[in-house]
Amino acid sequence: MRLLALTIVAGCLTLPAVASADVGSRLWATGGVTSIEGSAGGGLSPWALLNGYASDEEWGGTVTLSRAVTDDYSLDVTGAGLTWQNRVELTFARQTLDLDSLVFPLSNAGLDEDELTQDIWGLKLRLIGDVLYSPWGQWSAGFQYKKNREYAVPEFVQSQDETGTDFYASGSKLFFAAIAGRNLLVNGTVRATKANQGGLLGFGGDKNDSYEAMAEGSVSLFLTRQWLVGVEYRQKPDNLGFAKEEDWWDVFIAWVPDRRVSVTAAYVDLGEVADIADLGNQKGAYLSVQASF
Amino acid sequence: MKPINPMTLTLFLLAVLTIGGCQTTNSADPSGNLYEQLGKRSGIADIVEDLLYLIVEDDRINDHFAGIDVKEFHTNLTDQLCNVSGGPCTYTGRNMRESHADMNITDTEFNALAENLILAMEENGVPSSAQNRLIERLVPMYPDIRNL
Ligand code: HEM
Repeated sequence: MRLLALTIVAGCLTLPAVASADVGSRLWATGGVTSIEGSAGGGLSPWALLNGYASDEEWGGTVTLSRAVTDDYSLDVTGAGLTWQNRVELTFARQTLDLDSLVFPLSNAGLDEDELTQDIWGLKLRLIGDVLYSPWGQWSAGFQYKKNREYAVPEFVQSQDETGTDFYASGSKLFFAAIAGRNLLVNGTVRATKANQGGLLGFGGDKNDSYEAMAEGSVSLFLTRQWLVGVEYRQKPDNLGFAKEEDWWDVFIAWVPDRRVSVTAAYVDLGEVADIADLGNQKGAYLSVQASF
Repeated sequence: MKPINPMTLTLFLLAVLTIGGCQTTNSADPSGNLYEQLGKRSGIADIVEDLLYLIVEDDRINDHFAGIDVKEFHTNLTDQLCNVSGGPCTYTGRNMRESHADMNITDTEFNALAENLILAMEENGVPSSAQNRLIERLVPMYPDIRNL
């Protein structure tokens, strides 16, 4: 009994130390942050990096809360991810877009929805290379399986499907001491997708119902190893006849004090989103907090 | 919420990048510069000493270092970093593939060592631009050290 008690006490004492040592071995910020679709990346687009810090002998993971508040909408995302040996990344994200500004026009159309919401499961595989150590960078491919949780509004605007899968390939490369001795991180992604507004308005539409390839990219600079500033761009399809869908872009600053936490703030421009009420461009602020284990 | 003016942000970002750009041209990085920013040979010797303390504490990699000739390792690594950073030193140790091949060094272990080197440079007040430049010159050794 005394032994048992001692073991428990010892266990409690060592737990915090073990927990902190357990955050993987990859260098700071090499897990990127969590994108709004759950995959490791920037804010809007997946990167070739896998989430967390698991290196080739380790497991790692992340949990993330994000919020974007634009002129007329707000988007909330909760996400979680697991990475095995810096090889496979599994992610989940739940997105909820608040439609307050549209409730009146929607109810006129006989719809009493006040939000759009979907779940996204993502799988990403690192194919080859390392973002820091390979001259040709790191290359990954993945997919995001998305399912609308409420389909009335997407259906009303002529979306063709309540589920859809995006397929993508990404390359990421860090250039050491590229600008004033500071490290530059470049990412490019090509995505095959049918998703309307990332899927929040369903998949495929009256105007187009086939997969199209979209280009996404970002450039960011490490001011120090804790601070990263950058710009991101994401091209979008335009499948729905009721309103034009526009490309997304943002400028962001991320703070990575150590491996356990990161905080990302951004200015986002989502273009015109579901503009049935002349709301104009959706611009605003984005904030995301991520914990890694 | 009042949206931030995109112009302000674009200007901010441009400013950040331009300041960066100017500094590049100013410090056009002759190799001697990096060597001096590391504190010359004595500064590098201090960094390697602190690196050794960090290695000994680090359970991810300290096994590999058990029983090595610490003095010789310290001299050789100091000479190598001195030479790589453009200093007047001659490295007399073995080449990187030869000296590391038998250890089957993993990515985890390589990352651990890179982390400790960065922390050792930080402890010695090396500016991050000099840290990055030194690492840029060590990264090509990655395939040799991992024996890929
Ligand atoms: C860029 C990274 C690295 C550089 C520049 C580097 C450099 C060196 C140098 C110059 C030596 C001396 C060789 C000699 O005395 O002939 C050495 C030895 C050694 N290195 Fe590395 N090394 C690196 C990465 C690693 C890693 C990741 C490990 C293991 C985790 C490691 C473990 C060792 C050990 C144990 C020795 C002593 C070998 C012996 O004396 O038998 N090195 N390294």
